Amino acid sequence: MKVLVAVKRVVDYNVKIRIKPDGSGVDTANLKMSMNPFDEIAVEEAVRWKEKGLATEVVVVSIGPQAAQDTLRTGLAMGADRALLIKTDAEVQPLAVAKLLKAAAEREKPDVVILGKQAIDDDSNQTGQMLAALLGWPQGTFISATEKTGEGRLSVVREIDGGLETLSLAPPCVLTTDLRLNEPRYASLPNIMKAKKKPLDTVAPEELGVDIAPRLTLVKVEEPPRRKAGVIVGSVGELVDRLKNEAKVL
Amino acid sequence: MRALVLAEHDNRSLKPATHAAVTAALALGGSADVLVAGAGAAAAAEAAAKIAGVGRVLLADDPAHAEALAEPLADLLVGLAAEYDALLAPATACGKNAMPRVAALLDVQQISEIVAVVDADTFVRPIYAGNALATVRSSDAKKVITVRTTAFEKAAETGAAPVEAIAAAAPCDAARFLERRVVESVRPELTAARVVVAGGRGIGSDGAFALVSQLADLLGGAVGASRAAVDAGFIPNDAQVGQTGKIVAPDLYIAVGISGAIQHIAGMKDSKVIVAINKDGEAPIFQVADYGLVADVFEAVPALIDSLSA
Ligand SMILES: Cc1cc2nc3c(=O)[nH]c(=O)nc-3n(C[C@H](O)[C@H](O)[C@H](O)COP(=O)(O)OP(=O)(O)OC[C@H]3O[C@@H](n4cnc5c(N)ncnc54)[C@H](O)[C@@H]3O)c2cc1C
Repeated sequence: MKVLVAVKRVVDYNVKIRIKPDGSGVDTANLKMSMNPFDEIAVEEAVRWKEKGLATEVVVVSIGPQAAQDTLRTGLAMGADRALLIKTDAEVQPLAVAKLLKAAAEREKPDVVILGKQAIDDDSNQTGQMLAALLGWPQGTFISATEKTGEGRLSVVREIDGGLETLSLAPPCVLTTDLRLNEPRYASLPNIMKAKKKPLDTVAPEELGVDIAPRLTLVKVEEPPRRKAGVIVGSVGELVDRLKNEAKVL
Repeated sequence: MRALVLAEHDNRSLKPATHAAVTAALALGGSADVLVAGAGAAAAAEAAAKIAGVGRVLLADDPAHAEALAEPLADLLVGLAAEYDALLAPATACGKNAMPRVAALLDVQQISEIVAVVDADTFVRPIYAGNALATVRSSDAKKVITVRTTAFEKAAETGAAPVEAIAAAAPCDAARFLERRVVESVRPELTAARVVVAGGRGIGSDGAFALVSQLADLLGGAVGASRAAVDAGFIPNDAQVGQTGKIVAPDLYIAVGISGAIQHIAGMKDSKVIVAINKDGEAPIFQVADYGLVADVFEAVPALIDSLSA
């Protein structure tokens, strides 16, 4: 089974972002960037499949500027075999990302594409589902467990609002990861060194024949309303009293 | 402007997320129909017909839609899309799963989790775990939208729309439903509860998590949790509140033993009143709490339970 994993370079999840004073966007200059946490889980899953003999090859793909190479190298250091950078400095919205990934999938012919369920910058939660639709493949989103079953199918457990749900999918298929699928490894220094020698191809969106023009225009970005600082109460008794008589929620 | 809203339901009953999505749909400035896709879902369709402002309810009642699998559901919506200018769904697990598929098949860039409608093309949505609000304008002729349900009032139930049966989509064998393990609870649903008591890693064990449930029951509330509490196995995943869990906005949110990571705050900061109980006075949760109590969970919560049951 060949696996394609899509990874995105995003502002690190521990970094507090700043909104530009003129409201024209989020200032990401000089911030620590990392692989989207859900994508790390996706890479980890594919690498585990390879270690278990389920996957034959793991290819990581990213769409973004030259610096997205670092994210791909992280994926290679975790154990992926090859990388593909679809290089562009333009803003690429989820539909265009899905179209580019479709082109990549047509080139690479994977049996499974794994993506993070959402990127923690734009929080869209769209790309995997869109890719599945464009390829005409079934999808298993928000997954917390996978298992290979008979007839070459995959059984996947999904996190849904009421609990958990299990689907059986026939590859080729698209999976998107939830937090509890696995705990991604840290790349070891020797593996980081080895990753530098692994193949990394670069293509342009135009070479893949995909129009990436954005459909959404950003009008402005604002701070969300701030909560007023509260009070520290001295005792459980005071808390109950204030909830009853001041906040009137009890 | 004609809008179609995908109903959230479990065949037997309609979920209030639908009512919020209808409010968002009507804010686009036109009419709104509701689609109920299910199997044996007539009761859900009847309930949808009562939502104020709904023009008609389309009911696709067929085994193909029994489990709300995304593949047939998306095909069904795409088949109906020609008649509508906008397709909306609540941003539930089901809506998030199916709508991007619809959008891609229609060559539309979806607008996820809107919290406000500015005009028929312009919407506000949170980004970066709710640390910024982006206003975006769509150039797509047709809109595909998911709605953050806590941001819209729930439409009233004073309507009487007709229910029309429509044909279902073809089933898809490439994705088969095997089973669902739903956490049965007598408590109110987390996203609709008036009170939420949420526990974090600070609770320490699944045994001790009973304190959180006990407090919730006493207040007639739902039980929530941080990611760390779910990861530790104190409570099932459906209780996770946050950027990647559920978004809640109850009248009262009590966070117990939760530090207040931005990913958690993203899911509860629109609650009316926030109470935090944490033994670390520096915990970031106190920055968003209206009432903070610096105390050990194992002293404060039993005392709170005593005082409330007195
Ligand atoms: C991509 C991504 C998505 C995420 N999504 C979510 C999400 O949706 N929801 C979410 O919650 N998290 C999410 N997280 C995780 C988040 O970053 C935090 O790790 C998590 O919220 C921490 O949970 P916690 O507050 O329970 O644990 P901790 O941060 O460990 O805090 C425990 C708290 O308990 C207090 N405590 C300990 N013992 C006691 C005691 N006896 N009495 C009183 N207080 C005590 C401590 O002082 C501490 O403040 C996400 C992370 C990532 C990377």
